[in-house]
Amino acid sequence: MTIKLSAEIFDPWQELVDFQAQAVDMAGKYGATGVFVGTMRDFNQGDEVRGMYLEHYPGMTEKQLQRVVEQAQGQWQLLDVLLIHRIGQILPNDTLVLVAVWSAHRGDAFDASRFIMENLKSQAPFWKRETLESGQIRWVEKNSDGYSK
Amino acid sequence: MSIKVLYFASLKDRIGRSGDELTIEAPLTVVEVWQRLNPNMDIPDTLLAAVNMEYVGLDAKVSDGDDVAFFPPVTGG
Repeated sequence: MTIKLSAEIFDPWQELVDFQAQAVDMAGKYGATGVFVGTMRDFNQGDEVRGMYLEHYPGMTEKQLQRVVEQAQGQWQLLDVLLIHRIGQILPNDTLVLVAVWSAHRGDAFDASRFIMENLKSQAPFWKRETLESGQIRWVEKNSDGYSK
Repeated sequence: MSIKVLYFASLKDRIGRSGDELTIEAPLTVVEVWQRLNPNMDIPDTLLAAVNMEYVGLDAKVSDGDDVAFFPPVTGG
């Protein structure tokens, strides 16, 4: 398991290439990689968004992310997990979060990546403060439910 | 005995402080910690609390040396 908070912009696809290149132990063992990439939009709740600040609780955020990944590892057969989440100042089109799970079979990879994503959104202490095109600054009050439209 | 209290995000803005230190004579509950520090502010309906970086209910006990945090619903990912 690798969990990182990044104050810098990162390329999720390059991270995957780099991670797999060093994960020699699981080479040949995985048949499925479940990947979710979350990207910042330039709109939210009907408004144009210029940028966003992502606050977190140092220590607790890492602890809760680790717990979510451990729960997934307890529920599905996973070979490894990579989770990277941005913090700090973020612009539209920046990657916000990368969740990748490697497994022998696709069922575990699909389900575990979804589980990690949905649970981090409800449990990991991050808070979004948006700056709108109008200049208004507002906190996002709650995340949408990932299981309904 | 003392405890450290942190506030985050919109709650920090509303309270106007990022944290407090509280001296206590005996263990308190989380809600009592809130009431001591913010006597003029109702507890927000959506308030979340953590003690030593674990989520707790508002009736959880707080003891000497604990870190308490109050914050609104989380919005990561």
